[in-house]
Amino acid sequence: MLRFVVRRLLLLVPILVGLSILVFVWVRALPGSPADSLLGERTTPALVKEYEERFGLDEPVYVQYWKYVQTTAHFDFGVSVASHRPVTTEIKERFPATIELALAAMILAVGLGVPLGFLAAKRHGGIFDHGSLFVSLIGISIPVFFLAILLKYLFAVRLGWLPSVGRIDVTSEVKHPTNLYVLDAILTRDWKTFVDVLKHLILPAVALGSIPLAIVARITRAAVLDVQNEDYVRTARAKGLPPATVDRRHILRNALLPISTIIGLQTGLLLSGAILTETVFAFPGMGQWLREAIFNRDYPVLQGGILFLALVFVLVNLLVDISYAIINPRIRYS
Amino acid sequence: MRGRLRFGALLAVVCMVSLGAVSAVSGKPTQSSNTFIFAGASDPTYLDPALVSDGESFRITKQIFEGLVELKPGTTTVTPALARSWRVARDGKTWTFRLRTGVKFHDGTPFNARAVCANFGRWFNFTGPFQDASATYYYRQIFGGFKRNESTGLGKPLFRGCSAKGKSVAIVRLTRRSGPFIPSLVLSAFSMQSPTAMAKYGANQGELRGGTFRPTGSYAFSHPTGTGPFKFNEWTVGQRVVLDRNGSYWGAKAKVSRLIVRPISNNTARLQALQTGEVNGYDLVAPQDMPTIRGNNRLQLINRRAFNVAYVTINQSKPPMNRKIVRQAVAHGLDRASVVRSFYAGRAVVAHQFMPPSVPGYNPSVKKYGFDPERSKRLLRQAGLTLPVKIEFYWPTNVSRPYMPSPNLNFAAFKASLERSGFEVTAVSQPWRPDYVKNVNQGTGGHLNMIGWTGDYGDADNFVGTFFQSANPQFGLTRTGEHKAIALLLDKAEAEVNPKKRIALYKRISALIAEFVPAVPYAHTTPAVAVERRVRGYVASPVGSESYRGVSVGGQ
Repeated sequence: MLRFVVRRLLLLVPILVGLSILVFVWVRALPGSPADSLLGERTTPALVKEYEERFGLDEPVYVQYWKYVQTTAHFDFGVSVASHRPVTTEIKERFPATIELALAAMILAVGLGVPLGFLAAKRHGGIFDHGSLFVSLIGISIPVFFLAILLKYLFAVRLGWLPSVGRIDVTSEVKHPTNLYVLDAILTRDWKTFVDVLKHLILPAVALGSIPLAIVARITRAAVLDVQNEDYVRTARAKGLPPATVDRRHILRNALLPISTIIGLQTGLLLSGAILTETVFAFPGMGQWLREAIFNRDYPVLQGGILFLALVFVLVNLLVDISYAIINPRIRYS
Repeated sequence: MRGRLRFGALLAVVCMVSLGAVSAVSGKPTQSSNTFIFAGASDPTYLDPALVSDGESFRITKQIFEGLVELKPGTTTVTPALARSWRVARDGKTWTFRLRTGVKFHDGTPFNARAVCANFGRWFNFTGPFQDASATYYYRQIFGGFKRNESTGLGKPLFRGCSAKGKSVAIVRLTRRSGPFIPSLVLSAFSMQSPTAMAKYGANQGELRGGTFRPTGSYAFSHPTGTGPFKFNEWTVGQRVVLDRNGSYWGAKAKVSRLIVRPISNNTARLQALQTGEVNGYDLVAPQDMPTIRGNNRLQLINRRAFNVAYVTINQSKPPMNRKIVRQAVAHGLDRASVVRSFYAGRAVVAHQFMPPSVPGYNPSVKKYGFDPERSKRLLRQAGLTLPVKIEFYWPTNVSRPYMPSPNLNFAAFKASLERSGFEVTAVSQPWRPDYVKNVNQGTGGHLNMIGWTGDYGDADNFVGTFFQSANPQFGLTRTGEHKAIALLLDKAEAEVNPKKRIALYKRISALIAEFVPAVPYAHTTPAVAVERRVRGYVASPVGSESYRGVSVGGQ
């Protein structure tokens, strides 16, 4: 197991080099430069030249890339052109918000998706099955931003049940040592803040979690349908084991493998999906930050932020691979 | 069966928790009427006003800091602030400011003539990264250069020196006469900051990293210290800036005890936060949201006086636009009144010159070019041209500016009216960023191009001086011929320190520009701020940064 983990970690090196080249080339392929974006109507040829010199954009691309690699290797992603703040500082401040949102969305997706998929499989062909298929199809088909806007309009603007923007009541005086607000509230046993933070999480998490929920429900349904017809399940039932034990030990456990794969992939995708959700809910995470960086042609933020998210995506998938071995001991890595 | 029941129960519990959470709580924050919560579009860059140039930073610094002069609320009239009065010596270069007494900075240190000179001296003595445009954009624009310029792009500095005469008189000496000097001091960039706090918290420490300036001391992030009606409390990036009432303020104290400014980048999200009561007000209201706000009896719109100009550039480097008679034909061929009436929802007036009526120097009697297709054709024939005259007309996509909310509609109407007036228009659209603005400003766009300008401070030089004082490829102007005469007058107006004489000069300049037709101004628009109806005392500034000192939030 240790050898497997080490080998996978070593494989990260070429992946990261490839990623850094992709990100670097992609950012430079965007039309326009920071000078055009920042100066707007005040653009003059002289100022554009001055900006390009300052940002090193007048140097050959390979020189720019080498400088980028040198600084990135020291975990220095540079300074944001728009906010003038170090990119690493901004990541430290914003990533916990995105993690919290992605986790909430995934908890919702798994917490509802697995039971829904399981029940649909158990009632295969029935109304519940068809209903859940229909709902999951809608979940997959509705764009996240559209659902986010709908949810916000209904539950925040029309009904006034939930807040429409932010992570926490803006008048709150609570300190956040870890920047993970739910965790901070639990650690300090501040239940009022805990409820407030959850209130702010519900709508973005539902919007962001809708697609993974539908996918998890469908994969669970398919996996359970597959597994429940296996011989060992029939044998377990024939032995007279209680149905709940058969479901838990024999069906669900074996159906978890494809579900865990999809959870890993979806967690990575949630981080990118957060761009639209965070924008709609003014949720101060990495998604909203990257969206603004695209509009501002903020090269350091785009390069640093995307590389960081890609690294997280790769690491999450590494964790998923490791979890295979834990969930299913039959799997052996050579 | 028991298993199914368990899953059923689990599902029910999850649903109940979600629904219970939804129904048990209200989305509205627990807000006191002593707090005013306002939404801007983004975080401030940082809070040292001398080192920022963006509106969101100025929105905060305007509350913490004050300058020697300020704008009378809601106008562009310069009034006393920390200086009770000022006068210029006969040489036109020595300015004497009589200061308010008994004023203290938020750190308890006194505001006096030495502090004024310390601030002017700080700007003048900036070195290294502080001389970069990303740090001192406005200082460079107004004062031209530093004590020791470290870049060839910098000019001779306007500032020569400052001396304190007692505690309450500061004498500022300039190297040349400058009319815009006093009007430009209303910019938050020239606010007075506590020399003690700046020294204590490293305000003069900064670096250029990756081409971008950033302060490395803590002053600009957590210790901004001015004399203003609000004191800095806390800034959580991405979430809020909290300011508290300055109980020792020298003037009428702020009506709310706390001010929170939160960044919400999305227009619709700002509107919805106002609708749900999560904020008391927001800026940069999108024109399409105005009917929603008007239709809600809990909300109100507060207009900013027009401080911008939308115009169609005429590039004289592209024949036949080098001929004045053709440019006049263009002016008669653009149906500006219809565009303003149809596409600005009653929030604009037709522009006839390159500064809005609120700017001193506006001339109400410049030559006006009404829409007259027949006259336009006649002028083109007089120019010896065969109709239709083929021209390229550039317009921007992916953009909505305060002065040009719907460029596509404006363009379509202008194209139709020009084609009725003897022109054959080839439409060229480009995305605002990155191609359009660059092409227009570098003179590589079309014969005609739609663009505009929002002023920084209430001085005519900030409008007509910006456009027409130097050679400008946007209009194909080279500071020769008729343009040279206008440019020389602009030089003279810039150096004139007598306000009445300056106003007379700018009126004359506006009349000359209207005859010269380097471009066709067509709209001055009125942007708006949206606030709850229970918010009182909000006076919107034309230049975009108002003090919230007089704002109160009434009961529900």
